[in-house]
Amino acid sequence: MTLNETKIACYHCGDDCTGNPIVLEDKHFCCHGCKTVYEILQDNNLCSYYDLNQHAGVSLKSANFNGKFDYLTDEKIQAQLLDFQSKTIHKVTLFIPAIHCSSCVWLLENFHKIQVGIFTARLNFLRKELSLSYDPSKVNLQTIVELLATLGYEPLINLQSAEHAPKQNKVQRRLILQIGVVGFCMGNVMLLSFPEYFKLDLNTITDATYQGFFLYLNFLLSLPVFFFGASDYLKGAIISIKENVRKKTNVLSVDIPIALGISALFVRSTFETFVNHSAGYWDSLAGLVFFLLTGKWVQQVTYNYLSFERNYKSYFPLAVKVNDGYKNVSALQKGDIIAIHHQELIPADSLLLSERAYIDYSFVTGESEPIKKEKGELIYAGGRLIGEKVNLAVQKKVSQSYLTELWNNDAFKKEKKTPAIDLANAFSKYFTYITLAIALVTGIYWHFVEPALVWTSVTAVLMVACPCALTLSLPFTMNTTMGFFGRNKFFVKNQNVIQSMTEINAIVFDKTGTLTENKNGYLHFENGKLSEQEKQQISALAAQSVHPLSKMIHQYLVGVGKATVSYFNEIKGMGIEGIVEGGLIRLGNTEFIGLTNGRVEASQVHVEINHEYRGYFTIKSAYRKNWKEVLKQLQANFRMALVSGDNAEEKENLNPYFDKNRLLFNQKPQDKLDFIRKEQQAGYRVLMIGDGLNDAGALRQSNVGIALSEDVQAFSPACDAILDASNFARLTDFLQFSKTALGIVKASFLLSLVYNFIGIGWAVSGQLSPVMAAIFMPLSSLSVVLFAVGMTYLFARLKKLI
Amino acid sequence: MAVIIFLVIAALLVAGGFLMSFFWATNDGQFDDTYTPSVRILFDDEKPAENHKPL
Repeated sequence: MTLNETKIACYHCGDDCTGNPIVLEDKHFCCHGCKTVYEILQDNNLCSYYDLNQHAGVSLKSANFNGKFDYLTDEKIQAQLLDFQSKTIHKVTLFIPAIHCSSCVWLLENFHKIQVGIFTARLNFLRKELSLSYDPSKVNLQTIVELLATLGYEPLINLQSAEHAPKQNKVQRRLILQIGVVGFCMGNVMLLSFPEYFKLDLNTITDATYQGFFLYLNFLLSLPVFFFGASDYLKGAIISIKENVRKKTNVLSVDIPIALGISALFVRSTFETFVNHSAGYWDSLAGLVFFLLTGKWVQQVTYNYLSFERNYKSYFPLAVKVNDGYKNVSALQKGDIIAIHHQELIPADSLLLSERAYIDYSFVTGESEPIKKEKGELIYAGGRLIGEKVNLAVQKKVSQSYLTELWNNDAFKKEKKTPAIDLANAFSKYFTYITLAIALVTGIYWHFVEPALVWTSVTAVLMVACPCALTLSLPFTMNTTMGFFGRNKFFVKNQNVIQSMTEINAIVFDKTGTLTENKNGYLHFENGKLSEQEKQQISALAAQSVHPLSKMIHQYLVGVGKATVSYFNEIKGMGIEGIVEGGLIRLGNTEFIGLTNGRVEASQVHVEINHEYRGYFTIKSAYRKNWKEVLKQLQANFRMALVSGDNAEEKENLNPYFDKNRLLFNQKPQDKLDFIRKEQQAGYRVLMIGDGLNDAGALRQSNVGIALSEDVQAFSPACDAILDASNFARLTDFLQFSKTALGIVKASFLLSLVYNFIGIGWAVSGQLSPVMAAIFMPLSSLSVVLFAVGMTYLFARLKKLI
Repeated sequence: MAVIIFLVIAALLVAGGFLMSFFWATNDGQFDDTYTPSVRILFDDEKPAENHKPL
């Protein structure tokens, strides 16, 4: 084996250095970008970057950001991004998708060593956010962003970056504080209740003093538990009662029985403490609230590094060049002249002022081929420009364009519907009434038999019937399920989604990017045959050009042998021609070849050999692996439909899996939304699987919207769950397991009911002592949680989810 | 035996001090990001500049 045959990995990014590696000292680099980063790091003595992880860098081969961040010089636009600004300090938080390893953390937090004027750099790894503070007199935002991009850490700046979203942190912090405070009080109350458990005899005066002291201290420690820790349950119960009184709803929130139990514990204990001077149920109260809060915390756990709330603003650029300055995209007015470069997004519906433009709408409409537009034509917002820079005259505001109008739809204004049956709340209705009935009967009974026991037995019933174990089993089961789904790269937004999944009976698919793959298109030659020699000639000619299509053709024809090219000419945006082994070969679009019929389609390459038309190459997107099996499995249990923005070319392939009336092509985003609504009106609960902006409306309208993504970190439209494309085949497993999880929840409900019956049995007979309550209540909660988690784990094992 | 009452109060005050510091830590944002610090702690101190070669 010679040296040339061994693969050389780039020292920076680890990519294979094909062609000519750039050598610096003894290190190889795949491109100049990587070498530049190495030099910057070396200059600043930051090469431990490479010691932490080998090949830690981000490949810069396709990076090109010349002039991309020029708009950051504009002060107004800068101000929209900054979190804080004064004369001496600016603070900004940047989202950097490329962050992937500990080296990234290390380098970015040492950013002040590379760039003067940076005070601090702090990274949140999971959120991929870099918080910077810097001296505006020494360095500006544009320099910082460009330097980050040079290093391979290009920040993602879009229209949404300008909206500083209210941070979730505050809610989270309050819950953490509540858990901390209640935990603190619980520990101390339990400790101070110990003497009571062992029946201190109160013969001596000293012991009586202690007992009183412990009692009042317990009371003091329980105040924060009741008024701070349990406040959300009490408030929730009051709101729910008010709504019921006003007849807005007939659902009794699960907060009501909980608040009832907590209040009964508090009132009864206060009574015991101050009237009877005997031990109350303070330890039970603290323990109960602590468990409830823990369950709530588990319920809130979510994937905070994934975004489920994206709208068009996440795709649109923040600013665009207008005349000589820059303007925030949302401030664009009719008549503004904007300049758009290669690969940039068209932000508003506008007229084309330049000669021609190729627009790639694949993300908006699902149509896979770029469209040619002539001067004077209207270009809809959301397309991506391919090719040379163009000028456009804005016709409509961004929020009113053809695409963004979708977001003005009612579906986006309402909160998304939660599952039809909210288990805990549905249960609590019966639960509350039954508990109250039992308490009433008990009270009446003792009133006639032994009036002294009325008060103790009634409060004991309310205390012990508190559905703590019940409310815990749901979050713990669902959380465990979420975790198992996550391990299989199926990320659901929250626990409600799993409940909604169990109710699905219809599934709607998108085609492009969902059933087919986004990346691996394959080339196909149509309308004719090529001889081996002709293939050689075409391959040799295509090798001369760097155009992506030429490269694909060259790769497609790999292994056909070599041929010499004696003449070569490339006409940008049109095609290539050349003389290969004496034959005149021309490859290009219809215009280049001189075909009059048919529209120009950018992904077609027509072939002419010696002035004779031979056919064309076209890119076809490949279907996902196992797509047939998946559709077959789903077909058995669900009503299936497909709505695609693409043309009906693939109809034949899809026919076996969908009903004729529910196999729709050429659907606009609005049509997709309407289709889902129609299905829902017919009584179906619909699961939508899509991937692009064109599915955003449908995903929102559906009962469960799943975005399929080849890179879960990359953008996907607002949805309820993100499924990594590699696990598309497991979709049926996920749907089935959600039902299993619901079954487990119901089983643990039953278990906790058994506990409640035992507890109520003691309570009605007036035997519930503080010690018994202190042992029984936490024990029942814990065992229900263990049962729920254990069963979920067991079933996940059986279904091979772990 | 009043010493026990004194001790309990003293213990509560000490524990209360820690509770205060927990409040401070939470409001300071220490629990907002629980992952990155686990990476950060693994970094070695700066290496001496011996491998620094000017270009």
